[in-house]
Order: sequence, then structure tokens, then C-alpha cells
Amino acid sequence: MSEIKTFEIDFGKVHSERMRLNVGPQHPSTHGVLRLEVELEGEIVTEVVPHIGYLHRCFEKHAENMTYPQVIPYIDRMDYIAAMNNELPYVMGMEKLLDIKVNERIEYIRVICAELNRIANHQLAVATFGLDSGAFTPFLFLFRDREMIITLFERLSGGRLLYNYFWIGGLMHEVPPNFEEDCRAIIKQVRATNAETMNLLIYNKIFIERTANVGILPADVAVNFACSGPVIRGSGVPYDIRKTEPYSIYDRFDFNVCVGRGEVGTVGDCWDRNIVRMEEMEESCKIIEQALEQMPKEPCDVREFVPKRIKPPKGEFYSKAENPKGELGFYIISDGGLKPTRVRSRATSFVNLSVLPEISKGYMVADLIMILGSLDIVLGEIDR
Amino acid sequence: MKYFKDIWTSLYTIFVGLKITGFHLFEKKVTMQYPDLVHPIKDNLIPLNSRNRIEVDMNRCDGCGSCARACPVNCIEVDLVKVTPGDDIPLFYDGKPRKTWVTKYNLDFAKCCFCSLCIEACPTQANRMTQEFEYAEYDRNNLLYMMSPLTPEEAEVKKKMWADYSAAKKKADAEAKAAAEAKAAAEAKANEADKQ
Amino acid sequence: MEMEHTNFVYDLIGTNTIAYILLALLPMLFLLPYALVAILGELKISAWIQERLGPMRTGWKGVLQPLAEVVKLLQKEDITPSAVNKPLFNLAPFVMFAGAYAAYAVIPFSSVFIPSGINIGLFYVFAVSAFGVIAIVMGGWASNNKYSLLGAMRAASQMISYEIPIAVTILAIATLAGSLDMQTIIVKQGGGFWNWNLFGGPGGIAKLWVIPFTIILFVVYFVGSLAEINRVPFDIPEGESEIVAGYHTEYSGMKFAMFFFAEYSNMFIVSAIITVLFLGGWQSPFGDFLNGPIWQSLWFVSKAMIFVFMQIWIRWTLPRLRVDQLMHVTWKVMLPISFVAFFAVALWAMLSV
Repeated sequence: MSEIKTFEIDFGKVHSERMRLNVGPQHPSTHGVLRLEVELEGEIVTEVVPHIGYLHRCFEKHAENMTYPQVIPYIDRMDYIAAMNNELPYVMGMEKLLDIKVNERIEYIRVICAELNRIANHQLAVATFGLDSGAFTPFLFLFRDREMIITLFERLSGGRLLYNYFWIGGLMHEVPPNFEEDCRAIIKQVRATNAETMNLLIYNKIFIERTANVGILPADVAVNFACSGPVIRGSGVPYDIRKTEPYSIYDRFDFNVCVGRGEVGTVGDCWDRNIVRMEEMEESCKIIEQALEQMPKEPCDVREFVPKRIKPPKGEFYSKAENPKGELGFYIISDGGLKPTRVRSRATSFVNLSVLPEISKGYMVADLIMILGSLDIVLGEIDR
Repeated sequence: MKYFKDIWTSLYTIFVGLKITGFHLFEKKVTMQYPDLVHPIKDNLIPLNSRNRIEVDMNRCDGCGSCARACPVNCIEVDLVKVTPGDDIPLFYDGKPRKTWVTKYNLDFAKCCFCSLCIEACPTQANRMTQEFEYAEYDRNNLLYMMSPLTPEEAEVKKKMWADYSAAKKKADAEAKAAAEAKAAAEAKANEADKQ
Repeated sequence: MEMEHTNFVYDLIGTNTIAYILLALLPMLFLLPYALVAILGELKISAWIQERLGPMRTGWKGVLQPLAEVVKLLQKEDITPSAVNKPLFNLAPFVMFAGAYAAYAVIPFSSVFIPSGINIGLFYVFAVSAFGVIAIVMGGWASNNKYSLLGAMRAASQMISYEIPIAVTILAIATLAGSLDMQTIIVKQGGGFWNWNLFGGPGGIAKLWVIPFTIILFVVYFVGSLAEINRVPFDIPEGESEIVAGYHTEYSGMKFAMFFFAEYSNMFIVSAIITVLFLGGWQSPFGDFLNGPIWQSLWFVSKAMIFVFMQIWIRWTLPRLRVDQLMHVTWKVMLPISFVAFFAVALWAMLSV
């Protein structure tokens, strides 16, 4: 249906050119300040060149001048939509360097916060995906539920979107009272709205027509480009760091890895990536329920293991975790002082965006917007 | 056949979607009308440990500068000068007289990133996060909070006092030391003379 | 069949120039309050669907919001980019509004008021709605903006393609009623709601077999009318998320207000046509009960407003279609189905005479 056709019309004077169109940096559908230089032949895309750097904040250079705890607010601001998940690999890496082992309750609270943030992120991803396709209402329904999660985080840590809650060696505060009831209320509401969104948006024939068989990412291309997260799982590859190399206490929970099956259309199209996110929300609900059951119920001192001065020995460490968008890694080099020598972040969206020119050739402009939405990028991570 | 099946699924899913939004037309709305009907602080909608405007109690601040060192974005500037003995000293929060004057305490709220690391760092718990969120200003310079209890002239006076006092003390110390040395030298001489 | 069209303005003043000018301006008296109500309706209904309250501070519960919007649009700075084609750029909104307003000449508000009772009323409306296409292409080309050009090209192809199933539907109803004249079609549907064209038109028990086909024609016309006025799911010309407002990207102030106004005016026209064709126009659903001239205009306006409400409801529920899928829907789905239904209705019309 959407192939590049070459015309051989000999009218003598008629000639056609390819048109260069600039999508962004100010555009309602590029998720942040991203500039895509698109070459069009009529309505068919022949080439896409992303230009990034509009949100570069020199985070890695700043981190060389901050002490280890002071770096954490900067890490929050990378993927500002799911900030708790950002802090987790850094904190885990530092604890490995310093040889600190936190107690059970702290680990469980960390997992619950990370999974709640995963739900919040997927809600935003699905909502903006619907918005790109023209359905304005599911966006508001999903944001109403995301508001519940964010108010819970405000009671927990004090911030709504950026938390500075995971500290090296523990957490900042103990959980507020009624934390468990609030979590269960959130899970109930998330399940109800997900059922509604399936009917309103996901299985809507118009939406299926827009997203099925669009932006097909073959599994080998995904692996070669080092994609991770729902992008690679939507192509059928069951790669989830929580299962392949379990970190923290994820090996105690029973959950499935959601993989795209090509239910409508082919394996690896936009619809598959979207349904992987919807199903992952359900899996996160399961993990939170199990964690709430297994958690030690006694409140404890969450700053018990936080060292007075954080001065790790000389060494380097790469720690990674499963962010909602994919694999987020931190490579920390320390020379024995109070400040790190280098904090390098392997950002998820940066790698995921690199696959965009490959999979959008031959589709139309409207499809390009949908493919960009299904990759779920956030410019804070790409530009750091 | 696929043709007719497609038409049927399209119409069916459109009607399902319309039914869902139709029901939502009559459900309870979630908007909270601020400020006419709802005020977040008075109605306890903002948690107590929410991070909004910082309030510093200058009676408890002794100018140690831990908050300035803890801040990741360098938005706090603190400067102090020691209290000269004999000056009219107010009392500190624990009833004892102050040891230092805080001559400069500038918090640039345009730069603050609301991480609350400064609150954790203060040894006397002088600062705290309030729930106040309506502090927008028309001019960016008004966001630089200068909270020192001394005006710049008074600060200059105190600095000069301490500079004079420490200079005088140094001089007196040096003289006393010289006098003591001279006395010790004289005594040593007298001892030697006695021995012989 | 010729009908004597009574018109209360002619009765009062006589058929002279003043009467003609008055008749040309009278629909504006309806259109302006209707536009305010429609804008408020869109804001409030979309808000209620999305579980929020909409505008609440202007006036009591926000009823003065449309007035505020009009004032805002009027006092905005009229920015014209320097490299545009000035005559086309300035004329496009007004051509669009002219096309939208000209169709009001044949909208029958009641049995005693139709501004111009020509006997090819339906054909006239159909022809005048093509002005919209010209205006969009003018606006898109003159804006010197690649996005607007994309939007204009898509709009042209969309609107022209969707006129064909609509034309077939109009033909079918015209065969049923025997004339293209609006008042004739309405009068033939008198006598209670069972005689409406949606339920097969006038006739006894023998018309039951044609009811499915008239319902199909109704759905085809409704979908086609959504495409004619560029509303979701067919709002690709102004596809907000993709090409940032398409052909009216570069307009601001009064000219943007004209495009806006023309869209709402168009919404009413297609709703009015659909009530005339299928729902009996100004006929009361109870036969002769409540059928005086004032009641008739009330029935007409409320039936049309039901369709305006449906258009708003659909806009906030469905995603939008892609251009090639839109073409597939009209050429491969709506056209064959409307031909089949037209054939059945024409058969019935021939058999029932």
C-alpha cells in the first residue's frame, strides 16, 4: 500500500521534486524539542534525519563537580516522566561500590515506587499516542488516573514529578500512613480505566487502521540497533532485564514478560508496541500487589544505612535497570574522592530514536508521527 | 467477506466508543475550582512535607554554610562574621548568646530545584519547607530572597568592629608574647647570674 | 410540481428591493446566536465528556465564554507573513464564509419562511458548498507554508471525493419526493413521524422492505457530511497533531475568526439538510398537533441541533483517519453502498406511484 513509486511521465516540461519538510522543534507531536528533517515524495517519506540537542543541559559535566548525593536531583531530570526509575540504577550502582546492603523493607518500597512510576509512564505514553492519532478523550482519562499516582508520590516524598527520594543507602522518608490502601485504590482504578481504554481506543477500528502494519520493526533490526524496552518486546523478542539479569528483589515476584504477538497486523508494528505497554501496566499491578503482601509491615529507620560521608573506593561500575522506556544504565568512575570522576548515562530514548529513520521509510507523514509516538521518547533523556 | 466484516467492526467499535463517552457526559467531574470553591492549603490537599517555598528562621541560623555546600545548584550564599565581645548581643534560640552574625544570606529562588538537600544539611534546623505555592513575582529580581537580619551598613559596621577587635587583639597578643619572652629572657639571665 | 411559497416578509412588505435585502440578512439574525450557542456547546460538551467542567468563570457557569472568544479574536493583531500572495491570502476566509452563508438562502425554517423558494433548492445547496474547496485551496497555497499546502491538497481531494456519495443520496430522496424543491420534500413527509423519509417516506405497510435502505442512505449521508465540513474523523485538512492546523496555520485575528465561523455555519447547514431530507424538516412528529409556524421553526431547529450535538460527540470520541484510508472509505465503501440503496429506493418510488 505504501511503497515508493517511480514515475516515468514524459510530458516534456513536467518534473517533480522531493520536498524537504521540517517537523519541529516546535510541534504538538514531537515529544519534546526534536527536529526531524523529512524528505517527502508527495506524501511518502523517503528519508528522516533527527536533529537533537535543543535540551542539552550538560548533566554529565555538572555531575563531575557535585558530590555523590548531589547528583541525584540531576538524574531525576533526565527522564522527567518516570523519575524514580532513573534513580534506581544509580543508587544500586553506588551501593555496590560502597558495599552497602539495605534491609528488606527499603527494597520493597523501592520496588513499589518503581512499579508505580512504570504505570504512570505507560499511562502517559498511551495517552499521547492516542492524542497523536486524533483521539482527544483517552488522554484526559489516563491523566486523571496518573494524577492519583502523583498525589501519592507527593505525600511520600514531597515532589510531584521529580523526587530525590532514593538515597544512597536508603530512602529519604518513611512511607506515609495509609500508603497501602492508597496503592490498592490506585491499582483498582488503573485496572478499570485500562478496560475502558481498550474499548474506547485500542480496539477501535479506526485506531487499528492507523497503527496496524505501520512502522514494522523486524526483530533482528531491533537487536542490531540495541533497542530495549517495549520497542524490542513489541517485535517479539522477550528481553526484560528484570527477568534476564534480576536486580534488587525482582526475582521474588511472579510476572510475565509481555511480548508483541501480531494480533492485528504484523509482529513489530505500532499497535504491538502499544499493547505491550497496556499489558505491562497490568503486570506492574500484579508486582505491586505481591510486594504489598510480602513487605515487612514494621516501619523502620530508612536512613539507617546511609553513610555519613560518601567516599567510595577507587573503581568503576556499570549498573543497569529496566526503565519503563527500556534499559537505563549508569557507568560511574570514582577515583576515591568525594566527587565522581565520570557519570555516564546510557540513555534509553537516545538508542531507541536511532531506529526511527530505518523503520519509517516508505510510509506517509501521518504514519511517521505515529511511529515516533510509539517509540515513546523523552527529550530529557536524549539530550541529557 | 472481509469487506463486510470490516464495515461491521467499524460501526460496532464506533458505537462502543460513543457509548463510553456518552456515559462520561453524566458522571461526576473531577475539576476542583480554585480559588472560588477549593483552596489547597486550607482544605489539606497539599501534604505537609510537600516541597514548596523555603522559610528560614534567622534566629536559629548561625551562618555555618552547610546548606550552601549541600545545594546542587549553588543558589544559597552565606557569609558570617564573629561577634565582638562587648557588643550588644541578642540571644540565640537555645538561650545562650550568639557567637556569629550572619551578614549575608541570599537564597535565589529562581535557581532552586526543590530537592530539599539544604533542609537535611542544617545542623540547627533553621530552615523548613512550607506548603506555600503562590509566590510568583512579576520581576525576577524579587525572587532573590535576602534574609540577613542586618542591613548592609550594619553588616559593614560589625565587620569593621571584628576587624578592629581582632587587629587589636593580635597586637596585644604580640606585645604580651614579646613581653613574656623578654621576661623569660631576663629571668634566664638572672638565673645564670645566680648560678655563677 | 410547482408550489406557491408563502413568505411572511413578502406578505408584509411586498416583493420589492427592500424585501430582498431583508431576506438576505435575516438568516444572519439566526446564525449569530446559533454560532454563540454552538461554540459554548462544543466547549462545555467536550469538557463534560472529558470529566472536567469547561469554562466556568465568564458569566454564570461560563455562558458568556463565546462572547469573550469573539472579542478576543476581533482584537487580535492581524499578522500577515511577508511572502504571501496578498489577494488570495486576504480573500480566502471571506470566500469560505460566503460559501457557507449562501446556502442559507434555501433553508426552510418553517412553512412560511424560506428566503428563496427556488425549485432546485437541493441542487443549489450542493453546488454552493463547493465554495469551501476553493477557499481552502486558496488559503493553503497563498500561505507560503509547506504544512498549509499539504493540508490544502488533502482537503481538496477529500471534499471532492465525498460529494459523490452525498449526491447519490440526494438523488435518491429526490426520486422519492419527485422534486428537488425543499418545501415539496418536506410537505410530502407530513402526517406524523412514520411518514418521514428515514422510515421510507409516505406509504402503507408495503414500504417496510425499503426502510433498511433509507437507513443506509441516512448513515451514508451523515458520514459524508462529516467529511464535507472537515470534522473528526475526517479533519485531516486541519489535522491538529500532525500538520499544526493545516490551511489556517498562518491566519490570525479576524480572518481566523471567519474560518472558525464558517465551520460552525457549515455544521448547521449540513444538519439542516439532513433533517429536511430524512427527518421531515419542520414537520412535527405528531402529525397536525403543534404544527403552527412558530412551532415548526422550533421543531426544525431542535432536530438540526440534535445533529450538531452528534457531530460534537463524535469529534471527541474517535481518532482521525489517514488520507488514503479516507479515500478507500469513500470510493470503495460508501459509493457502491449508496448506489445499491439508491437503486432500491428508486425501485420503490417507481412501484409506489
